[in-house]
Amino acid sequence: MTTRGFFGRRRETPPRPIPPGQYLERGFPVLTAGPTQRVPLDQWSFALAGVNGEPLGEWSWEEFRSLPETEIFTDIHCVTKWSKLDTTWKGVTIDDLLVAAGVTDPAPYIMAFSYGGYTTNLPTWDVVQGRGMVAYEFDGQPIAPEHGGPARLVVPHLYFWKSAKWLRGIRFMPQDQPGFWEQYGYHMYGDPWKEQRYWGD
Amino acid sequence: MTEHQIHSGAGAHPAPQSPIRSNPPGPSPWQLATVERVTVETYRARTFTLHLANPSSFIAGQHYDVRLTAPDGYQAQRSYSIASAPAAGSNRIDLTVELIEDGEVSPYFHEVVQPGDALEVRGPIGGPFTWTARMGGPLFLVGGGSGIVPLRSILAQRQAVAPSVPALLLYSARSQQDIIYRDWLDGLADGDAGAAVRYSFTRQQPAGWPGYARRVDASMLKECIAEFGRLSEGDIARDPALPLCYVCGPTGFVESAADAFLSLGIPESLIRTERFGPTS
Repeated sequence: MTTRGFFGRRRETPPRPIPPGQYLERGFPVLTAGPTQRVPLDQWSFALAGVNGEPLGEWSWEEFRSLPETEIFTDIHCVTKWSKLDTTWKGVTIDDLLVAAGVTDPAPYIMAFSYGGYTTNLPTWDVVQGRGMVAYEFDGQPIAPEHGGPARLVVPHLYFWKSAKWLRGIRFMPQDQPGFWEQYGYHMYGDPWKEQRYWGD
Repeated sequence: MTEHQIHSGAGAHPAPQSPIRSNPPGPSPWQLATVERVTVETYRARTFTLHLANPSSFIAGQHYDVRLTAPDGYQAQRSYSIASAPAAGSNRIDLTVELIEDGEVSPYFHEVVQPGDALEVRGPIGGPFTWTARMGGPLFLVGGGSGIVPLRSILAQRQAVAPSVPALLLYSARSQQDIIYRDWLDGLADGDAGAAVRYSFTRQQPAGWPGYARRVDASMLKECIAEFGRLSEGDIARDPALPLCYVCGPTGFVESAADAFLSLGIPESLIRTERFGPTS
């Protein structure tokens, strides 16, 4: 349906296509349902857990920073309609975490869990083979607390609520289970190119 | 400056209780809504009363998405908070839209939309930034600018179904002329001993203004919390020093207010936030 009298005031033409229903954003909006978490580095740790909660690996900040570093250059897309182009993230890929933990046959789904209690679910396929990382730098700087530092999940091909802030660990699951926003009706998978914002999309 | 835009989130705290499931999760598919009325709230805020094809069941604090389509197929979507209270069997919702001069969707609402127009909407959307009567109180609502909109829905819901719940609204605005729902808010505390409204005018104050004239800070929140002792005389179900706190406004406003709550010892589990642009 065409909306009467609406012609669009595109602020600028994207240099490449962005997903449907999105607009370009130059800033970096903050998205959180509660206060910003501030996790001191000496109290920070990151854990990988198996399907029964069994520990598969745990790293202190120093140990985590000694893992192989990877940098990615990517666009990000938030379900609240903004897209941000050309962001740079540095961190540890999930592949390298699995190698470090000696996990060769991970279960098919993960639940990312965060300081403050946030959770979000993803298929394991979507975070391996370079598709996901635990990032601690954004555009060359430590990730600010309001943007999820010390470390956040970054899975740029899905809506950004899947890229959990203040990440504390990842638990493997045999079946898909809804995380925090997913229980409130946000999509279980969240592909921005298919505009999978909410249940039923 | 970005569009008034709700950022609901990539990091969050679990609500103390599991999500409310009176409906299947997720909003309705896109539907056509008819604009019934346009209310000028301030020089840059208007409320659009929409008539939906189907009765709207929502929870105070939720929002709707609006989708505009240009003749060439280009679409723009934005989220706007519901200002009205849920009403059983009602097909109406009020959305309040603040004008962002260099925005794309809010100028359309302000310059073009008139009663009788049809708009594509879907909703309701939003989880943790909601309130139902069974959650009780005291309720401490802190709004900055158009962050008042979902708080207005919560206050109206309280007034309709749970007027015994003590509630205090702290509303930070640039000036008196910027207060949205001013008449409604002025009438709120009349004959309602459990409700109070406090304003802080950050840029311009009326002559002789006795109230706050600065950005929200911890000492202001502390003074407001102290009022719950008086407001709670009729209802002491919860420690009046530990209210349920809802903070909505621009990102910087919410960040500083939420941090101030934490500095006062309010547990994270009692603090709900909703942020919108301008972006950081």
